[in-house]
Order: sequence, then C-alpha cells, then structure tokens
Amino acid sequence: MAAAEKQPVTGAWILNGPLTWIDQRFPLVSLWKEHVSEYYAPKNFNFWYYFGSLAMFVLVIQIVSGIFLTMNYKPDAAQAFSSVEYIMRDVPGGWLIRYIHSTGASAFFICIYLHMFRALLYGSHRKPRELIWIFGVLIYLCLMAEAFFGYLLPWGQMSYWGAQVIVNLFGSVPFIGEDLAVWIRGDSVVSDATLNRFFAFHVIAVPLVLLGLVVAHIMALHEVGSNNPDGVEIKKHKDPKTGLPLDGIPFHPYYTVKDTLGVVVFLIVFCVIMFFMPEFGGYFLEYNNFIPADPLTTPPHIAPVWYFTPYYSILRAVPPVSISWPFSWHSQFPGVLAMGLAVIILFFLPWLDRSPVKSIRYKGALYKSWLAVFIVAFFVLGYLGTVPTNAWGQFGWLDNAERATVVARILTVIYFLFFLLMPWYSRRDKCKPEPDRVTWGGH
Amino acid sequence: MPDKELDEDKRRFLVAAASVAGGVAGGVVAVYPFAASMLPSERARAAGAPVEADVSKLQPGERMIVEWQGKPVWIVRRTPEMIASIPKMDAQVADPKLEVQQQPDYAKNENRSIKPEYLVLVGICTHLGCSPQFKPKEAGGGEMGGAWQGGFYCPCHGSKFDLAGRVFKGAPAPINLPVPKHMYLSNTTILIGEDKKGA
Repeated sequence: MAAAEKQPVTGAWILNGPLTWIDQRFPLVSLWKEHVSEYYAPKNFNFWYYFGSLAMFVLVIQIVSGIFLTMNYKPDAAQAFSSVEYIMRDVPGGWLIRYIHSTGASAFFICIYLHMFRALLYGSHRKPRELIWIFGVLIYLCLMAEAFFGYLLPWGQMSYWGAQVIVNLFGSVPFIGEDLAVWIRGDSVVSDATLNRFFAFHVIAVPLVLLGLVVAHIMALHEVGSNNPDGVEIKKHKDPKTGLPLDGIPFHPYYTVKDTLGVVVFLIVFCVIMFFMPEFGGYFLEYNNFIPADPLTTPPHIAPVWYFTPYYSILRAVPPVSISWPFSWHSQFPGVLAMGLAVIILFFLPWLDRSPVKSIRYKGALYKSWLAVFIVAFFVLGYLGTVPTNAWGQFGWLDNAERATVVARILTVIYFLFFLLMPWYSRRDKCKPEPDRVTWGGH
Repeated sequence: MPDKELDEDKRRFLVAAASVAGGVAGGVVAVYPFAASMLPSERARAAGAPVEADVSKLQPGERMIVEWQGKPVWIVRRTPEMIASIPKMDAQVADPKLEVQQQPDYAKNENRSIKPEYLVLVGICTHLGCSPQFKPKEAGGGEMGGAWQGGFYCPCHGSKFDLAGRVFKGAPAPINLPVPKHMYLSNTTILIGEDKKGA
C-alpha cells in the first residue's frame, strides 16, 4: 500500500485530516508543490511577466461570462439579434455579463499580444522553450478562431459580413476552395446553418481545445522553467546543498502575490472600459453591429475588430493573381496566403533567431532596430485595417495608386522581412556578453 | 512454437502496421459522418428555387434587389447613356472579352445581358463576398471622381465594376460579377435561377 506510506499533511490546521485523506488517494500535495509552492521562477521578473497570468485570468472571465450568456442567447438567425438585445435590456444584469464578455474578448488579445511581445523582447521562445512557444502560437490561433466564431453570434451587420468575408477566404484556395467554403457555411451564403454551427464551435469545440493547449503550455513551461529578462538560465547555478536555483524564488507566495496585484490593476482598467466605454470608440464593439444582419446590403465600410486588422491589412495589400497561362487562374488567393503565412511564420521564430544571446538587454542595434520597425509596422497595418483603402487619398503619380494601399504593401514586406532576415541579422548583430547570473539586486 | 525463436522485429513491425492501418481506417470511418453532416442540408438545397422579379415599376437608371438562394440579385434598368458608356470601358476592365465564364452563353455579349436595357447580376463581390454599392454617374464627379461613368463599388476592399459588372483592372476582385441564369417570362417579368435549358 503505497498510499498509506505518504506523509500526513501538516500546517493546514483543521484541514490536515481531510487533506491527508485526499492526498493518499490523489497527488494533491505533489501537484501543489511541483506547480506552485516549489516551482522556482527567476527572481527578476518585471512588468512584462504579468500578462501570462492575466491571459489565464481573462480566459476564466470569458468562460464564466460565456456560460451565462448562453442561458439567454438563441443561435437562430431569426432570433439571435433580438436575443442579444433581450440580454441587454430585459435580463437582470444581462448588459453587464454581455459587456464583460465583449470587453474580455479585446482584453484577451491585449494580454496575448503583450505576452508575445515579451517573448520577442527576452527570447522566451529560444531553446529549450520552443515547444512552449509553439503551444502558445496554437493558443493564439485558437483564440482567433474563437473570436471569429463568436463575432458572428450577435448576428449584426458586421457579424454577418465579417463572417462572409472570412469564409470566402477559404473559398479562394485553389481547386477545393468553393466546396470548402460551402462545407464551412453549410449553405451557399452565411445563413442560419452557419450561425448554428459557429455557436457550437464557439461554446464547446474551440474552448475545449484552448483549455487543453493552455495545460500543455504550462506543463512545458514548468518542465524547462521560466525565462527571465536577462535571458540566462537560472538552473545553471544551484545551491549545492538544496539543489535549488540560486536566482529562483518559489512561485507561491512571491509571484502569486505579484500576479494578484496585476489582477487588481487589470480589473480597475477593465471596469473603467466596461462601465464607461464598452464600445471603446467602435474598436471593441463596432457600431454597424447594432444593425441586424442584412444579407442583401453590405455596410458602407466594413472592418474586422481591431485584433485582426494587421492581418486584414496584409490581405488587402496583396493584389490578386490573374493569369491565363499555363491555365486560367484568377484569384485573390495570394492575399489569403500572405495573411495565413503572416501567422504561420510565428511557429518558426525559435529557429529563425540565431543570436548568441536571448534577451534584448544584450542584443545589438540590429535586432533592436528591426524589432522597433516591426512593431511600428504592426501598429500601422493595424490602423490601416480599420479604415477604407482610400482613407489617405491617392498619389498624383504611380498610376494614381491609393496611398494607404501602397503604405500597406511596404509594411507587409517589412513584416515578413523581420522574420525572413532574422537568421542573418541576428547572427551578424554585435551583442554584449550575457551575465553569468540574473542582474537583480533587490529593492 | 516452443522451439522457434520469437522474431521481435517482425512482431513490432506487424503490430505497428496493423495499428496505423486500423487507426487511419477507423479514423476516416469515424470522422466521415460528422464531416458529412456539415454539408448543406436538404432544406438548404431546396431553398435554391428560382424567383420571379417584376420589373414593371423599375425606372431607367434605377436598380432593384431581389433575393435568390439567400444572395442579392440586382436588376439594373440601364439608360441609353449608360449602355453607351460600356464599350468605352473596354480598355480599363480586366476581362473585356468575358473569357472567364461568369455568365451564361446568352449573356456573353457586350452588355452581358439578354436585353441591353436590363442587367441581371449576382450582387456579391468576386473578391470576398461583400455586396458592392450601386454608384451611378454623378454630375460634377461625386465621390467616385470625375472619370466615373457609373457602376458598382465594393466598400470592403475597394473593387470597382462597370455598368456590365466587369471588374476594373487593379481591383482586388479577380473576375467579373456573375450573371445568373435567367429568362423573361413576359416583357416585365424575369425568372432568376432558371433558363430555357432548366434550372
């Protein structure tokens, strides 16, 4: 009887007995120790390290608020729009739950983007953390799918036409595209069948995958240990007696306390947005989505929600292919391909970065400049994706090309060059020597 | 087989081969009914019945929209001036000779229609499926610029089409707007989705 040999739980006062009973039947204490109280994280985490735990917190917010929304929402093209209005007006506190969910969607992407940017800063995707990064990109993809499916559910004009455009992206895949698009929609246009299945994907299929990936992401993280702003491995220097990393501190209580502060500050910002500006100037909830879906009329200007706009800009920037030889092919597939590759290329990041150091603190001017240019390109592409292509007027030359389109094309090239040239510039960069141990002296 | 030595390698290979083959076959069999259930249902297929449009109240220069298979179908009654503008666009449109089959044979002509006056189009942009806006020529140019002779403008990605639904060069949309099957039941009634050859 191995279970009976386990030490009794101590230090939990009146709960010692019940916890011992559980621990002899379930690895409660060892799980707690491995992932919380004896998970040693580097002591020099900074501001950027809030966003992983915040992303998980938002995931919980979304799951809980989502469950309560499904209690009153009707996934039926004839009733969906009015059921959302019913939630907003007649369900007690329904407006609050809906705004929690809609604000949470944008908050999720803010946390994830900052979390990913942290990896770019400190090389958190580098060996031995490649799988953590890959799980992370998969989470990001799932999140995009989740956001896209969810956005159709209110059945407003933006919901409808956004889904129409995105499903048609699949329609441009050579040979199988048209059938694929029909299969995704379950009809020749976005219709009740599409709404019903997107509901199923949004509330059960994608969240299940998402949760599994989050578990895998954290298990992989706890296997190799966290990176830190210096990008040096804390496992290199261990206390000879205890075998614990000299620069590590237990996640609990040190980082549970830190992350709790992060949650409090986050909730303040979240509540200000949710209560006072839930539409956030049309960026979090688009105004056209307060008009019921009309399959016969596209709104005068359609744009995706802000978190998709950089990729949407890339899609629009790439011109269609039109050839008649060797076979007749007229398609917008190149733009779709570019948009897809813009996300897929993230998977390869751990192998594209050949720098001898991980952290930007010790990287040279080349990487710093490329990263800065990339971030500017990402933001400007994001902005351009929210406005019509004629927003900046036309050039008086270049065949009167639209200014915004030309800028988007240049930035699209920069977006890809950041990744494609990385093996070259990261190796050529003049890096500073990494310190042997993390550089944090306490406050 | 007490005196024969066990061939471990062969056993491993056979187990692996049987597992992979069984797994793949089982997977396909298991996935198929679920994947097939996502195809359009019988009801969705039946909804594609032809629709009749009464154009007797449509004034010259106006457009009406009818719904067919859940899609917007436009009927534009073109004025003589509008019809005259179409050949002038030949140099600016991507496929002036209508080489890509986006219309039935009886509409494969200069005006892409059976009767020059009435243009029938599926109003879904061939780029990514938005419904373009009808932008007639305006005195003084208007927002489409002075050279605009009238046509359609897609608000999503800026594709432009002329008054025969032909896409302009350089637009994101790759091909012309489709002309659906249609026929005249009388002088003022058009049946959309069916022609003399059937649906």
